[in-house]
Amino acid sequence: MGYELAMRVWRGDAEGGGLEDFTVEVEEGMVVLDAVHRLQATQANDLAVRWNCKAGKCGSCSAEVNGKPRLMCMTRLNLFGPGETITITPLRTFPVVRDLVTDVTYNYEKAEEVPTFAPGRPAGDDGHHRMFQEDVDRIQEFRKCIECFMCQNVCHVIRDHEDNKQVFAGPRLMIRYAELEMHPLDTNDRLELLRAEAGISYCNITKCCTEVCPEHIKITDNGIIPLKERVVDASYDPLAALGRRLFRRSADDSAT
Amino acid sequence: MPVRTRPAPTADPAAPAARPRPVPAPRAAVGARTLRRDRWWMQPLITVVVLAGFVVYGVWAALRNGDYFADPYLSPFYSPCLTDNCLDDATPHVFGDISPVSPALLILIFPLGFRLTCYYYRKAYYRSFWWSPPACAVPDARRGYSGESKFPLVLQNVHRYFWYFAVLFAGLLTYDAVIAFIHDGRFGVGVGTGMLVVNAALIWLYTLSCHSCRHLCGGRLNLLSKAPLRRRIWARISVLNRHHMFFAWASLLWIMAADFYIWLVAAGHLSDPHWIA
Amino acid sequence: MTAETHTYDVVVVGAGGAGLRAAIEAHEQGARVAIVCKSLLGKAHTVMAEGGMAAAMANVWPEDNWQVHFRDTMRGGKMLNQWRMAQIHAQEAPDRVWELEEWGAVFDRTPDGKILQRDFGGHRYARLAHVGDRTGLELIRTLQNRVVAKKLDVFMECTVQRLLTAPDPETGGERIAGVFAYWRETGTFVRFDAPAVVLATGGIGKSWQITSNSWEYTGDGQALALKAGAALMDMEFVQFHPTGMVWPPSVRGILVTEGVRGDGGVLRNSEGRRFMFDYIPEVFAADTADTEEEADRWYTDKKTARRPPELLPRDEVARAINSEVKAGRGSPHGGVYLDIASRRDPETIRRRLPSMYHQFKELADVDITSEPMEVGPTCHYVMGGIKVDPESQQTTLPGLFAAGECAAGLHGSNRLGGNSLSDLVVFGRRAGLSAAEYAQAIPADARPAADEGQVAEVTAAALAPFERFGTEGAENPYQLQFDLQAVMQSLVGIIRTEHELTQAIKEIAGLRERAERVAVEGHRQYNPGWHLALDLRSMLLVAECVAAAALARKESRGGHTRDDYPGPDPEFAKINHVLRLRDGQLELTAQALPALPPELATLFETPSAPPAPVSAPGAAGAAAQATVPPRQADDNPPPQAPPVTGTSNGRNG
Repeated sequence: MGYELAMRVWRGDAEGGGLEDFTVEVEEGMVVLDAVHRLQATQANDLAVRWNCKAGKCGSCSAEVNGKPRLMCMTRLNLFGPGETITITPLRTFPVVRDLVTDVTYNYEKAEEVPTFAPGRPAGDDGHHRMFQEDVDRIQEFRKCIECFMCQNVCHVIRDHEDNKQVFAGPRLMIRYAELEMHPLDTNDRLELLRAEAGISYCNITKCCTEVCPEHIKITDNGIIPLKERVVDASYDPLAALGRRLFRRSADDSAT
Repeated sequence: MPVRTRPAPTADPAAPAARPRPVPAPRAAVGARTLRRDRWWMQPLITVVVLAGFVVYGVWAALRNGDYFADPYLSPFYSPCLTDNCLDDATPHVFGDISPVSPALLILIFPLGFRLTCYYYRKAYYRSFWWSPPACAVPDARRGYSGESKFPLVLQNVHRYFWYFAVLFAGLLTYDAVIAFIHDGRFGVGVGTGMLVVNAALIWLYTLSCHSCRHLCGGRLNLLSKAPLRRRIWARISVLNRHHMFFAWASLLWIMAADFYIWLVAAGHLSDPHWIA
Repeated sequence: MTAETHTYDVVVVGAGGAGLRAAIEAHEQGARVAIVCKSLLGKAHTVMAEGGMAAAMANVWPEDNWQVHFRDTMRGGKMLNQWRMAQIHAQEAPDRVWELEEWGAVFDRTPDGKILQRDFGGHRYARLAHVGDRTGLELIRTLQNRVVAKKLDVFMECTVQRLLTAPDPETGGERIAGVFAYWRETGTFVRFDAPAVVLATGGIGKSWQITSNSWEYTGDGQALALKAGAALMDMEFVQFHPTGMVWPPSVRGILVTEGVRGDGGVLRNSEGRRFMFDYIPEVFAADTADTEEEADRWYTDKKTARRPPELLPRDEVARAINSEVKAGRGSPHGGVYLDIASRRDPETIRRRLPSMYHQFKELADVDITSEPMEVGPTCHYVMGGIKVDPESQQTTLPGLFAAGECAAGLHGSNRLGGNSLSDLVVFGRRAGLSAAEYAQAIPADARPAADEGQVAEVTAAALAPFERFGTEGAENPYQLQFDLQAVMQSLVGIIRTEHELTQAIKEIAGLRERAERVAVEGHRQYNPGWHLALDLRSMLLVAECVAAAALARKESRGGHTRDDYPGPDPEFAKINHVLRLRDGQLELTAQALPALPPELATLFETPSAPPAPVSAPGAAGAAAQATVPPRQADDNPPPQAPPVTGTSNGRNG
């Protein structure tokens, strides 16, 4: 059952570091995180790694395995060929803290900029809101997000262009905006913010966020592109602007 | 900053650690530009080959200015045909006689624009031609990047206007497909009929599965429950939309195939097998 | 050395559902609040809660009300609950759920647009507000967004090492003065001065081998409270969730939500028998179906049919599975089969249980829409915890409050599924409210101030493992944790005996001695070995509490089963075990359970379920059951799905 697994793990901190080779005894059915734990318990007690639930629900153990962003707890070792060396590196897009742990503050800062949910008055005679499943199906998909930040990590807009962190909120926040914008009860308008500060136009819909999402959220097709279309409605489409103006005028007329 | 993971900057300077961090804080010093070992370059390569092949064929087909009509089949590259030298009478020849200029050049801007601004093709060519990025977790080829936020790429937002024309063109190609059933005034079916019917069907599927279409038909509404008809349309289009990439490629290749077939027949290299009632 | 210092009115330790709710409430009351948590914000153990949160909103069954919820909770806890907490919980839970919706939570809906509620073990009516099988994630994200919107201060990856105390002029004893913690990232210390502290640190499950709990569940809150002078209660009651994954070995213990059974899944042994019919205890017999026909009918007809036995409270189901496996009727990997594939269509399974579907697909290579799952008991929850006042959540130490899993009292000897998420918000809010009021009542010039001696002591203790590295007899923290888990799993597991518990206490004492020599290599910057070495002290102390309380309770009740005392004992029904630390020694006392007031006591007199007309003759039914093979749907037509709304085509992918 057990076999020897060759691993290369990035070790170091902000000052520098590099890949170190290890051989670990592992068993069938294990995931990458198990191998890292085995390594930690037996050979490198101080190997820094972030993890919590080990069941793909908390999104803590994101790292890059053989160059691809993955949740270590959901990556089974039999995904790789026998004898293949598994290389594990920290998320590239964020500053490194130590070993496999990175500083993900960027994501929390961007989350603070999102205007909060603002429901209207409850529609039910019992004082509670009414929402229909067909209206919430869409946003429930986005709310599956476990904030593993792998979409943020893989997004080339910030991964390859550090400066863009100032102007782009990243895919995780895009679906947060999407969830609020499409919410049947919400009354806030975030489209101008989305166009300007959140920088939705920096996304060139190359869909790497969707490829790496462990929750299989269709970030691009169901989140970002519909938002881009809404931004077009609000800022770029003259016909939509005309329609809004006419509609508003007729609404005003009927009101008076 | 309320949410934080490290000592406050006001921490006692006498305390150890909390070294001042350079801005921006350094990332892990991983030497290799990418550690991916799979064949990530395969997909962009295929895209480049097929798209480049289409461009080459398309230039030849559009500049051919002949052998695009084999009664009753009109090549989709030349539909609608709007000049006097067109051999078909399906559409009015509003441009008169401009003969050295191929009639295809008058109209191709519309389908071309639709595809150029299409959300799927954008992904395909940004990845394979621009290398921005060539594949996931493989670095961009260029140092600067502003996405679609500046001119000229901000013009991608015009996509829905091209979609309006795309619906018109899909209608015209459907009309061509219907006419392809009329052989010398009688009902008939030939291989070319099949080519044009499939062509029209694929164009419709590609056009209706468009992200802008999905938005306009219902995606823009927050209260889909209040608009049951639009919700149903939106739901159907959402299903199609999942296969937008497939329709994009299938319709592209089929246009080429249909044009090539009609050229073969029109130029006399092949006779169209058909059955007439 | 002066550590980084902050001053607040209320410090909340823990950022799960209870901690965040407490912080929000304290903030609303005008208090200055800090949240200190071991992990990143939004990663707390609450995200793992799957099934839902119980609240008698009566959206699906108008017959439901707080009295029924109260009665279910008390019965599930074998009447050992603090009745007042159970009452407050049942009364306030619906408002807390609606409040979450106001803050942005998006629960699944009924056809008329209300919050949909689902069936769960031990609940008379479909009562759990839920979002597929990721309700905990929805709860924590909603509260997290609220905390961010309110701009509360959150200190992430910051581990509390000690509660600071100062003399209390009123009582002559001690009172809270703040907390002392270290940053995981840098290893530097940080001190929070605050007159009120809310502990919301969760459970203790990491001390067992097979557990659904994450590394965080080391019993920090319980240990901190105990060391600061507060009392623990009911620590013998540890819940083993009946359905954890049993294969592959590396995922052993990961939870399979009770929602699988609530949505129609059944348990079968290797012979294909729905064995739960053989394990219906007397007290639930009146409420539980005794034929498969009646059990299956219940999903759509709650008026005349009684509940399927798969939905008995968790302790009953866990024990039943344990017995089946011991009798040699288990599955190849030592569990039993949980089968929903033959009972619901694949589309329904994927929509109702999406994360279970993915979990099995990706970790075990099992498609739950076509194969049964292999499941077995896993350590899941501790009913006991810090002793608190039911109304205010104040502990026995002034200024210290506790809420959520780390507090005791609501669940008695066994928790019903779905009651923990509502527990978090109901009592989280109350703890935040009372903490803020307590802090604000203290004049600015009369605030307690901890003396530097405490700080120096905890600093030295925290750094000691580094100094021991390389010395003679140094212990590896990972090995110690492994050994502790082995002791707890084998000696303080589901079934306990006097001999084993005595042995466990001896072994834990040995481990504590070894822990004195634990050493870690490297430096203080994000060093997991060091973090574990510090957490181990909490784990060992709490493990000892569990073993000591389990030894003292000479009966079987709820989450505590004694092989040598297999039945409940009416004498023990009247007492809770309370633990304190005096001069480093655990002191256990039995405390009388508060008596139910007469108006609530009457709830338990009338038979709870209408006696259902049973049409199928029992003997024939039983014979038919025994021959039902596990995966033949034809013999056993799936009943109509419960009232579920939603379109299947609304989602693109």
